[in-house]
Amino acid sequence: MNGYKDFSEKLSLIRQKEISLKENVNYFLSEIEKRNNINAFISTFDDAVEQAEKIERKIHSGNHGKLAGMIVAVKDNISLKNKLMTCSSKILENFTAIYDATVVKKLRGEDAIIIGKTNCDEFAMGSSNETSAFGKVLNPVNEEYVPGGSSGGSAAAVAANFCDAALGSDTGGSIRQPAAFTGIYGLKPTYGRVSRYGLTAFASSFDTIGPLANSLSDLEILFSAIEGWDENDSTSVRPPKRNGQPKEKIKIGLPKEYFGEGLSEEIKKAIFEKVDEYRASGYEIAEVSLPHTEYAIAAYYILTTAEASSNLERYDGARYGRRSQNSSTLEKMYFNSRSEGFGDEVKRRIMLGTYVLSAGYYDAFYGKAQKVRRLIKDDFDRAFQEFDLLITPTTPTPAFKLGEKISDPLQMYLGDIYTTSANLAGIPALNVPVGKNSEGLPIGMQLMTNHFNEELLFKAAKIISQ
Amino acid sequence: MSVTREEVLKIAGLAKLRIPDEKLDKYTEDLNSILGYMEKLNELDTSEVEPLLHPLEGSAVFREDEPRPSVSTEEALKNAPDKTDAHFKVPKVIKTGK
Repeated sequence: MNGYKDFSEKLSLIRQKEISLKENVNYFLSEIEKRNNINAFISTFDDAVEQAEKIERKIHSGNHGKLAGMIVAVKDNISLKNKLMTCSSKILENFTAIYDATVVKKLRGEDAIIIGKTNCDEFAMGSSNETSAFGKVLNPVNEEYVPGGSSGGSAAAVAANFCDAALGSDTGGSIRQPAAFTGIYGLKPTYGRVSRYGLTAFASSFDTIGPLANSLSDLEILFSAIEGWDENDSTSVRPPKRNGQPKEKIKIGLPKEYFGEGLSEEIKKAIFEKVDEYRASGYEIAEVSLPHTEYAIAAYYILTTAEASSNLERYDGARYGRRSQNSSTLEKMYFNSRSEGFGDEVKRRIMLGTYVLSAGYYDAFYGKAQKVRRLIKDDFDRAFQEFDLLITPTTPTPAFKLGEKISDPLQMYLGDIYTTSANLAGIPALNVPVGKNSEGLPIGMQLMTNHFNEELLFKAAKIISQ
Repeated sequence: MSVTREEVLKIAGLAKLRIPDEKLDKYTEDLNSILGYMEKLNELDTSEVEPLLHPLEGSAVFREDEPRPSVSTEEALKNAPDKTDAHFKVPKVIKTGK
């Protein structure tokens, strides 16, 4: 046991010298080692122990950042200067990052300690963490099950108590779905609210960095430390100022398309129990329709594979990353390096993207999907004229077994039905753990709201987190 | 609509990827089932819909064009598979006339 319920309690226990931060880091490192079959980390940092001594002195001096003593794991598609960044791909197995991501600078600036880099699906492409070139991650709740993906290592690390909190990235559910599968909190922020500088690009108009944590208060403080405009990311935004008083009566919409066929009865029941708690707390509840929901998966996989095929052109073996030996010409070097370096799921997505962008198919697929993206965003815009929040399940089923879906990519994609819409529209969404099913597998509830209104997600999650 | 094995090889070639023979059938089958699913979008009439190109519409960012320090040559070459003092080194691009 690490002996505290959340970070604020930890900080006071360190102040009172009830906890030694150095021992705390050593405890986490030994837990990671003890359960290394979970495979949550690609690398761990022994220098975290020295940093712990330094930060502990700062805490006792009274002059420290707001994350002083928080032990954080970072997904291995986010840059830490002079550390390996593999993106769970063979093509980057020896790649050393040459600068710090903005979120990493911010973590360090607030005296957080980074304990290691977490495993994920290769280039964040996957929903089960089975596409990593460095082995699958197991769900610490039940090791026969997947932890979800693509931020499966980050979620597993938090759920297994290998760290206090973690950063992941979410392009179509990659923070929320693994958070749901492992029973923790996970936030996909508004697109542009957290700088993407130093995040390896997958689908640039969808990618977001966000926090995962066991407690809501830890999630909130971590988010407050990493968010903010950044001149190094031209798509980062300053949140608009909100005027006036907060509304007295908060209105929650239940999108009917999210509660239809394919949803596990146990998940549905768990969420309706929470809806009753909101009603009892004075929230107004009504059904709403987001009529284009059923088109989200198709639009999402057209647009993200198109962006990925373009973003992953850079891995050509010329300037960094794996270069195939035995390539006598430049052309062969490109083919061999990419064919040896990428796994099947990444190749499949690059090829899908290449196809939907190719002459003759561009309008039918890519252009069409951009229009459907508008329709999906319009659905949300309409809903948020009347409602402040939307409640949905995060996933249609709890975690599935390792190996169950990996050979059928379309079935794997269809599991993302409730999470991709938030990325298409750019709105924030939070996974809230709401209990377990009869087999002991965690159930996740998703809260969504309008752009830049993360604070309302935290406020609403608090109601049911006691 | 469906893609043939030959088309799959052509797409792979455009993306500078090679698909081994023993995996070609599986790739073809998977791409067909995914692309078939994507055709679902044709159920929608989008003739009057403006495409949404980016979640932050119309927010192009400008700054003064001022020179600033950037990554050093040494740092930029740090991960190079092959290099000279100040260049990335790659296999021959053009044949020399012999």
